[in-house]
Amino acid sequence: MNRRSILFALGIAGTLVLVGQVQSWNLSLGILNLCLISAIMALGVNLQWGYAGLVNVGTMGFAALGGLAVVLVSAAPVSDAWRAGGWALVLASLIAGCAVAAGVASYRRLTSPWRVPVIMLVATAGLLATRSALSPALAAIEAIDPARAGYLGGLGLPVLLSWLIGGFFAAGAAWLIGKVALGLKSDYLAIATLGIAEIILAVLRNEEWLTRGVKNVTGLPRPLPVEADLQQSRWFIEAASFVHLAPPSFASIYIKLGYAALFAIVLAVLLWLAQMAIQSPWGRMIQAIRDNATAAEAMGKNVTASQLQVFVLGSAVVGIAGAMLVTLEGQFTPGLYSPLRYTFLIWIMVIVGGAGNNWGAVLGGFLIWLVWIEAEPISTWLVDLATHNMAQDSPLSIRLHDAAPHFRLLFMGLIMLIVMRFSPAGLLPRPRPASAENRAPSQSGGELASRQQKLNQA
Amino acid sequence: MDILDAFILLANYVVVPALAYGSQLALGALGLTLLFSILRFSNFAYGDLMAFGAMATVLATWWLQAHGIGISPLPTALLALPMGILAAVATTLLIDRFVYRFYRRRGAPNIVLVIASIGVMYLLNAVVRIVIGPGDRRFADGVGFVVSAKDFRAATGLDEGLSIRLPVALTLVVVVAIAVWLYWFLFKTRTGKSMRAYSDNRDLALLSGVDPERVVRITWVISAMLATTAGVLYGLDKSFQPFTYFQLLLPIFAATILGGIGQPFGAIAGGFTIAFSEIVTTYAYKRFFEYLGWQPGGLMQPVPTEYKYAISFGILVLVLLFRPTGIFKGKLT
Repeated sequence: MNRRSILFALGIAGTLVLVGQVQSWNLSLGILNLCLISAIMALGVNLQWGYAGLVNVGTMGFAALGGLAVVLVSAAPVSDAWRAGGWALVLASLIAGCAVAAGVASYRRLTSPWRVPVIMLVATAGLLATRSALSPALAAIEAIDPARAGYLGGLGLPVLLSWLIGGFFAAGAAWLIGKVALGLKSDYLAIATLGIAEIILAVLRNEEWLTRGVKNVTGLPRPLPVEADLQQSRWFIEAASFVHLAPPSFASIYIKLGYAALFAIVLAVLLWLAQMAIQSPWGRMIQAIRDNATAAEAMGKNVTASQLQVFVLGSAVVGIAGAMLVTLEGQFTPGLYSPLRYTFLIWIMVIVGGAGNNWGAVLGGFLIWLVWIEAEPISTWLVDLATHNMAQDSPLSIRLHDAAPHFRLLFMGLIMLIVMRFSPAGLLPRPRPASAENRAPSQSGGELASRQQKLNQA
Repeated sequence: MDILDAFILLANYVVVPALAYGSQLALGALGLTLLFSILRFSNFAYGDLMAFGAMATVLATWWLQAHGIGISPLPTALLALPMGILAAVATTLLIDRFVYRFYRRRGAPNIVLVIASIGVMYLLNAVVRIVIGPGDRRFADGVGFVVSAKDFRAATGLDEGLSIRLPVALTLVVVVAIAVWLYWFLFKTRTGKSMRAYSDNRDLALLSGVDPERVVRITWVISAMLATTAGVLYGLDKSFQPFTYFQLLLPIFAATILGGIGQPFGAIAGGFTIAFSEIVTTYAYKRFFEYLGWQPGGLMQPVPTEYKYAISFGILVLVLLFRPTGIFKGKLT
């Protein structure tokens, strides 16, 4: 850590304190909790893009899979639903598995004129067979107490376990995706991951037997006590009177601090692991592959396998953060995932913070989330200032007040473009090794251009 | 007559909507594929450019309507379209000047331009939401139908009606006109030839005296024009809502890649392929089979409607994985 990062850290801490003083401590701690989660997501994307140069714009999908893990691990099981459709579900997945195996086998064994028609035949037959086994079971599951359940429920295990499982879910999906898609060039990998994330979300939104779909799973168990219970206990009331706060508001602050502590521990552990990994020989290999894949391959490094490893690890980190987010909210709402919030915002965090520097990603997570939340009161204030001489009911004034919440998107675009232009390596650029002059040009356009200029002058 | 009814039913609920949607995708994909072949990066801000152009057209339409200027029976939006295009062109040229040109001149890797386009995406998205709001905006006027179901039934004596709404007919006419014009432009004019030369072999084109900045400018102008037209036609056909254009981005990417990057006619074919696969797979064929004399148990819907977008993403991913050059052998940069 250098002076610059300490200054940024102090600035963010100061802003959070200011928000606490001016608006409310409740809000300030709420922002802090999401800052911590955002920082973890940014850490995951930074592992992929910053260190390995892999463009994963499917962050939303991995975060949602982490959220799914919370539901499947910690929600109360619905045993009636299991009795109604459990066996049929197992049968259907067996059929689907056979169909996929047959498809893969025919792809491997057959040659050109037969391959495509046979695969299409196998796919259609497999789809029809699976569906005929599946639909009655799903209908039976969704018919069980549809207002409150209507899905299989979870396993009823402790919710903290689901953070780990969320990481595994995302890692598994990333392994599958990476296995087939990592051979694509940067642009194509971006479009493919964007599409895959949308497919994951389409499944989570529509498979009610699994996630209740847009009916949402609410009331997920929490790792911390519920505020209402807390206010009943004697020690808590005494503690509240000790800090001169009413028990309800102290309970809310107490719980938010608890979450902050949990999240901070996870962030610290992941940050430490990421730093260790990056400084290890493996980490140096990953960066060498990013800078020049051909040279790394010529040195005998397995480029494909290493890229798959980073892709899986980075996605797992995003999955953990996704699980933490759902735990914090206490509900899983597949309808609310959007790429602007869960994919591109995380990318802005990484780019603004400093790609290729874990501390930069953490800074980006904190800074961008702060701006994202505080943009609204700031723009409302700006609009009030601008319309202060207008009549209350003038159309422009009404329009501007309606538009105030959307200014945050404008700020995000501006911040990103300005940072990319004037500080292409981000606010905390990645540390340059001693032999930087002799190394291949990095991904950022600025360095490349200055080298080209030098070449032209020479 | 039942067989005829069955096919009219399909025409009304599958073929006509898919033709309209396909034309809108094709227009969008045309613009995107031109951008891709000249500037060599996937522009994530393209969906929001469509939204921006459509928004400018909606505003111009409202202004014309307020002044009682119209071209009834055609929708006023058609008259406002040139103004919308002008606004979109001016905006894209400004953005190119202040964002993309900087990276182009420095020879930055194309992924940097992709990331910059994410920033532009937020900007345009914000401008659209701030100016016109995130809600549903109606701006269609003019007559509703070219062929109405009632007239069709009366004329043919069939049970099923075929209706063609005016925006649908307009979309088809416009897409044909633009395809013809684009063919003429790219293959017959000097500017078009220089654009194709630039996309085929940049260095050779530069040696032959092609002015790169001019080619880039013209590409932006044409793609903004196509984006606006596609956006307006989509808005006339459905309704104008800013967020739907972001959702259109992936089907358009899918159409572009399916058709082969940098292949204008591939993009058109890709657009129709995507549209037909989305609609053919999500239509419930129950009534179709009933006309054919078979009473199926279920709705006979191959894929639930909720997965409509997932179909195009699925095709996109499959094409990327198995035939990344697209059906028309586009170029991989």
